[in-house]
Amino acid sequence: MLGRTANSLFWMFRYLERSENTARLLEAALRMALTRDVTTAQEEWRSVVSTLGIRQLYQEHHEDFDGQAAWNFVLRDKANPASVREMFAAVRSNARVARTNISSEVWTSVNESYLKLDPMLVRPISQSAVGEVVSTIRRSGTRVHGALDGSMLRNEGFHFARAGTFIERAESTARILDMKYFLLLPSLSYVGSSLDSGQWDQVLRSVAGASAYSWLNAGQIEARGIVEFLILDDRFPRSLAFCRNALRENLAALARMHGDRGSCHELMSDADAHISSLSVDEILERGLHEFLIDFMSRNAAIADAIADDYRFLA
Amino acid sequence: MQQAQQGSGAGPENESQAAGGAGASVNFDEMTDVGGSVRPAYADYDGWLGEQDAAALKRKSAEADDSFRRTGITFNVYGEDEAEERLIPFDMVPRIITAAEWRRLTRGIEQRVRALNSFLYDLYHRQEIIRAGRVPERLFRQNEAWLPHMVGFTPPGGIYTHIVGIDLVRTGPDEWFVLEDNARTPSGVSYMLENRETMMAMFPDLFSRVPVEQVSNYPRRLARSLAACAPPACSGKPTVAVLTPGIYNAAYFEHAFLADQMGAELVEGSDLRVVNGRVQMRTTRGYKPIDVIYRRVDDEFLDPLTFHPDSVLGVPGIMDVYRAGGVTIANAPGTGICDDKAIYSFMPEIVEFYTGEKPLLPNVQTWRCADADSLAYVLDNLAELVVKEVHGSGGYGMLIGPTATKKEIREFRAKLEAHPENYIAQPTLSLSTCPIYTKKGLAPRHVDLRPFVLVSPTGIDITPGGLTRVALKKGSLVVNSSQGGGTKDTWVLKD
Repeated sequence: MLGRTANSLFWMFRYLERSENTARLLEAALRMALTRDVTTAQEEWRSVVSTLGIRQLYQEHHEDFDGQAAWNFVLRDKANPASVREMFAAVRSNARVARTNISSEVWTSVNESYLKLDPMLVRPISQSAVGEVVSTIRRSGTRVHGALDGSMLRNEGFHFARAGTFIERAESTARILDMKYFLLLPSLSYVGSSLDSGQWDQVLRSVAGASAYSWLNAGQIEARGIVEFLILDDRFPRSLAFCRNALRENLAALARMHGDRGSCHELMSDADAHISSLSVDEILERGLHEFLIDFMSRNAAIADAIADDYRFLA
Repeated sequence: MQQAQQGSGAGPENESQAAGGAGASVNFDEMTDVGGSVRPAYADYDGWLGEQDAAALKRKSAEADDSFRRTGITFNVYGEDEAEERLIPFDMVPRIITAAEWRRLTRGIEQRVRALNSFLYDLYHRQEIIRAGRVPERLFRQNEAWLPHMVGFTPPGGIYTHIVGIDLVRTGPDEWFVLEDNARTPSGVSYMLENRETMMAMFPDLFSRVPVEQVSNYPRRLARSLAACAPPACSGKPTVAVLTPGIYNAAYFEHAFLADQMGAELVEGSDLRVVNGRVQMRTTRGYKPIDVIYRRVDDEFLDPLTFHPDSVLGVPGIMDVYRAGGVTIANAPGTGICDDKAIYSFMPEIVEFYTGEKPLLPNVQTWRCADADSLAYVLDNLAELVVKEVHGSGGYGMLIGPTATKKEIREFRAKLEAHPENYIAQPTLSLSTCPIYTKKGLAPRHVDLRPFVLVSPTGIDITPGGLTRVALKKGSLVVNSSQGGGTKDTWVLKD
């Protein structure tokens, strides 16, 4: 496979994952904003925009964190080059570049999703319409993943697509957790008190983990349990541990197919040795924020190494 | 999609009527004869059509567009602000050719393609045809499509134009003419294939009733034909790649489609590099040699070292590798000269010179404005003629006399007088019609035909079918997709 094509597959699925994660984040925030007073709601939108890494850009265009302004900025504003509209267009143009290496089912699901979604993002989105927009984005992701799973050869292209998916997903879960880590600080000193369960519920919703968590924990919202769930529970498909396991398998498959290990494999082993063995108490003791920063920088380094090892660009 | 067709200008809706536009009154309709009876080619189809429910057909017509859009069979049009993706309209009435008609056509096409390749070989070697005085030297000396770098070099297998599109028009039961030769990089074959897929999905029962030659093996035939042209440096199974300008090219869909169907890599210039005397592509495993490049880029985007030293496009050194037998480029650089309309006007002489036979498929009568007598005639009859720029393509820089305004004719006259050698002129032909589906039922529209021809050392291979382009506007003779043209599935019946 061409390096350029591998690059397109990798980024096609990163952008797809990113647009889906953005939709989940918005869904959770929309729900949260409805149940809070104006100040808390603003705080919530500020946190969404920050999590996505576009706060500075946003503030260049808007004075306060009004919901409508925030979701329009995130979803479709021309001033935001990382809007979902742009991201999904990038999903599609990357799919075009990789057209000969994806099945026609994958291509058609991307193209149809785009043709449905893009017109919804042309004009400003009202409160009554935003729910439908975010669920369309989420379903687009589900659909493309379904087509990939059901129709793609398990060749290197598949593993580049998957590697992009899990790099991005791990990054997203870590960012969401990191944005709320301060909520955890009081719980370290006095266990089980004054925890803002609404906030934690929202974190879980942002990663589509609310019902899975409740099911596992009998509805007990508890900070330590949530951290353990999102970082270490390898049964939950958006946890860091799950993403890490999946990525490890994709990289192993690529090494097998190429008959050679690269620097991405070394970085993966190194990360395994340093962070995979930690317990939740050790993580909390060292500091959740520090742990997450370390995790994200290792994740990014692995992504760069994949690009180098497989000649994405040169 | 390239160039426009035009012929008789005299449809009922034409607003500017040149007095007595040639052959205005009766067009040859391919489905129905003048008495209103259905011709044999369409008999089975007509029988089927008579049994169809009108409302169901209407639904089908809408479904077809939807299916093209979902599949992404679109081409890009660049406007001022944003790129727009358009569909080429598809008409669901097939264009049908009998087995006997097709056999006749293929003999003529084969002869012409053979002559084209011999002509190209000769032009880049001893130039016998010029020595014999059959074609003037100035024709290629001043021609930008003529490449001095190809002189004395013989491409692998001696093939210059591997993939050819011969544009044909019809004016009567046995009257077919060649309107243009596309020897450089003919496009449109993906429409031939997708139109058939669409028809089969829409009307499976139709295909079980009417025996139609299949076209779906074209990509396999193309792959085989390209592999048969592997260069001397190739050992083992040839690696074939399609070279595209990228996703912003109007024909990108077709490039990806063909690569996908052939199982070939779809490469861009930036993927390629000359390593160890071979053209190699950057794969996830490192650089890997390519044996045959089916290029869908123009000559000047092949090699910046040879063509445009300041260009960043192309693969530096690829022409040296080519000349050393390290790679096959299909079509060969320098074949574009055959697309020139001044060269076209000499095709009858060219066919006769290399094959020793009279052309089986005639040219449309052509006046070369470089000749004083012809120019005088053309200037006197501008309102009835079609005048084309010799190097032009895509229907640009031409005048369709019968539909032009007085002002347009005046302006064109001035251009013609200033540079007569840049123009040829042809009569407005009375192009055949074929019915299209409209909300009010079937209605005749003008059509042309581009069959696709593959050339390799093992022979000439013509897929039974081709791309039928149709002018969707009543009376219009312009089949260009950019000017309201559509396409049809083209059937060659089995015996």
